[in-house]
Amino acid sequence: MPADRSRLPRPGPEPAWAFPEIRRRRLSNGVDAWTAVHGEVPLFSVLVVVRAGAAYDPADRPGLAAITGDLLDEGCGELDALALHEALGRLGAQLDTEVGADATLVGLTTLERSQAPAMALLAKMLASPRLETADFERVRDLRLNRLLQLRDMPPAVAERVFTERLYGAHPYGHLPIGTEESLRAMDPEALRAFHREMYDPARVTVIAVGDGSHEALADTIEIAFGGWQGEPGDHVQPDPATLPIPPAEADLVVVPREAAPQSELRIGHVGAARSSSDYHALVTLNLVLGGQFVSRINSNLRERKGYTYGARTSFEFRRGRGPFVLHASVQSDATADAVREVISEFQAIRDDRPVTQEELELGRAPLTRGYPRGFETAEQIARAIAQIALYDLADDYFTTFVPKVLALTPEDLTRAAVKHIDPERLAIVIVGDGKAAGLKG
Amino acid sequence: MQIPFTHQTLANGLDVIVHEDRDCPIVAVNLWYHVGSKNEQPGRTGFAHLFEHLMFEGSQHYDSGFFRPLQEVGGSLNGSTNADRTNYWEVVPSNALELALWMESDRMGYLLPALTEAKFENQRNVVLNERRQNYENRPYGFAGMSLVAALYPPDHPYHWMTIGAAEDLKAARLDDVREFFQAYYRPRNASLALAGDITAEQAFALAHEYFGDLEPGPEVPPVHPRRTPLQGETRILLEDRVELPRLYLAWHSPALFAADDAELDLVAEVLAGGKTSRLYRSLVYDQRVATEVAASQGSRELGSFFQIVATAAPGRTLAEVEQSVATELAGIRGDGPSPAELERCLAQAEAHFLHRLQTVGGFGGKSDQLNAYNVYLGTPGYFDEDLARYRRAQPEDLRRAANTWLGPARVALSVVPRGRKELALEGSRPVDVS
Repeated sequence: MPADRSRLPRPGPEPAWAFPEIRRRRLSNGVDAWTAVHGEVPLFSVLVVVRAGAAYDPADRPGLAAITGDLLDEGCGELDALALHEALGRLGAQLDTEVGADATLVGLTTLERSQAPAMALLAKMLASPRLETADFERVRDLRLNRLLQLRDMPPAVAERVFTERLYGAHPYGHLPIGTEESLRAMDPEALRAFHREMYDPARVTVIAVGDGSHEALADTIEIAFGGWQGEPGDHVQPDPATLPIPPAEADLVVVPREAAPQSELRIGHVGAARSSSDYHALVTLNLVLGGQFVSRINSNLRERKGYTYGARTSFEFRRGRGPFVLHASVQSDATADAVREVISEFQAIRDDRPVTQEELELGRAPLTRGYPRGFETAEQIARAIAQIALYDLADDYFTTFVPKVLALTPEDLTRAAVKHIDPERLAIVIVGDGKAAGLKG
Repeated sequence: MQIPFTHQTLANGLDVIVHEDRDCPIVAVNLWYHVGSKNEQPGRTGFAHLFEHLMFEGSQHYDSGFFRPLQEVGGSLNGSTNADRTNYWEVVPSNALELALWMESDRMGYLLPALTEAKFENQRNVVLNERRQNYENRPYGFAGMSLVAALYPPDHPYHWMTIGAAEDLKAARLDDVREFFQAYYRPRNASLALAGDITAEQAFALAHEYFGDLEPGPEVPPVHPRRTPLQGETRILLEDRVELPRLYLAWHSPALFAADDAELDLVAEVLAGGKTSRLYRSLVYDQRVATEVAASQGSRELGSFFQIVATAAPGRTLAEVEQSVATELAGIRGDGPSPAELERCLAQAEAHFLHRLQTVGGFGGKSDQLNAYNVYLGTPGYFDEDLARYRRAQPEDLRRAANTWLGPARVALSVVPRGRKELALEGSRPVDVS
């Protein structure tokens, strides 16, 4: 029988799904050991959350948290850098260190059979990195070279200028990699002090996701991490979430890039914190405004105007108020028009074109119907669980997420837009050829 | 690792492969068309990829954006084009499989009636902007184009990159789209893999219902480029808006799945996989002549190229970088890797392999891999054999492969900061790319 093409088929009843159970164990040294069971592919994933991100850099040493994180795998205990990597390599381990504003995440995915030795290596890296002077100097040189290369990358330049413009001297006001001046002035003792103070077992959560039982997974963590004794100093820096942020002001910054074929854009202001009661409304609002392909802004700039390969907005949620920002790279001669369109979309969603019921359904679909596909792999599950540790979320966070999004009304989204998007106070950063872009001054 | 599957070929030639995985209530739909930029002609480059964009702009029975109905049911989707093939995928909640098949089959059968000049113009602009963003406005962005142009003669299907030349994209016409669709976007030239929370019975029934009545389309003649081995070393140079000079070395190497393909993949891992690799250790860790180094066997259907890329550290020259690479190459060609090195590289290869198979869909998930094996080899379940190619390799095999393929006939591309031609390897010829 030929297919009925007169209308799109309706989806059947929604399949049942539940987030895997998380079990928690607190080790005697204060390390939190959290586990979830997942066993389709013989891979095992562990994620260490250390509440020490770039926002904890001393004011005059931006880049300290990041370079400390980078040196974790440059030797630990009796292993020098090459011996450590030889050992990781032979276990089939993939190591990934990520230093964000609020935290350092060290992730390791490895073959199921290498669970215990991989965990032992990871614990050694976290608890007793060597942080030797020669390694520090080598890695610092690599980071200085990286900074040099980033000067030619429009997205990196735009990101830096936008971040500085939004936050000024606030701990969120610099990129994790830091600055050339700071890296040059840094000495390895600063890294050792940062590690002593911030890599405190009591600030660490280890999340293991793999095959087997919760008990066995937690035992593996305990054997590896249980002996870690911290020696935290008395000076722990304040949670950046508690520090004041400079008031938003409208501003336009053009960073010249002669004869650039496109302008790299960042448009936005400081947004909301992860703890905001508007969190679910803002995540959904973002999907309507610019967070997915069919959103208003991508439909406008890409699918109607053809100005760009893609435009997206995001609320970057952190412990403190993270940025709300539009990212796009647009053809140079359309720069002024693209900026105008973005501002008018920001205005319209809180004003003359509020969110409709239809848009709400389309915006929340990935969060409700599409929710399970975000938790397919051990790594995805570990990263999801890390949010609970990092943002002090409720234990039932994953089971209440979908119902909370389903309870939202179009008015809730429009209200959130009015409260959290301010077209009068946007920082606009353009990296491009000002003349080709038709910009004045 | 077992990936059980069932395979049927419909009467119109469409291959359908089904893999059940009940772990998560989602289904992956993955559709390959065996056409890529290798099927283009000189002067008409970039077309296969531009065409891919038009596949998302609506078809006869749903003449509106392709994304919307699928995002509405919670699905994610994308597509990509490379030299050899074009793929399209959706990952949807298992209750929306039928919708995804309806949409995919409608654009396979009925794209042209919905095609308009306006859509074509719009997506041409989007693609020109993709080119500006990912190549023209990016440091070292023209390196790939310069390399393939030097590795292959102008009439070779790998002479250009998939993104194509800007002037060719601007010259493309709506009629080209019609011809291309009729020739390549047909069941006979396609392979459909469904993986996830479904039964094979249900999956085949739906595949028959939605795709079964489409016309098979003409046979697609295989592309057979003439063999054009490199004669000695070609040195070229490119000036770019960059701070640090970078050296690219590239050799012709065996095609995907051909003899020595896996061996060279392992050679790349020995040379530059991680911090204990030979090139990282020597260039970045010990001598510090380079600030980063990478090596890869870029496996492709009609022949591959093996590549080493190293960026000079400030104050160091590409000649020094080249010298250090030469020493390490001589080492691997002379003694080959040690058994311990090979063991480490095998563990890494196995981990990479499993990593790709963690998801049912998307780029590189199980459904994509089933289609890759089916399209290139006619054997969807090639998983164990694929891994066995690596496990079989002995140190001597890597040594031999390095000697066979990584000899003096190669392309050496120096990318240097503008106005600093003297930083290129000696005797390099400037090339013009835009």
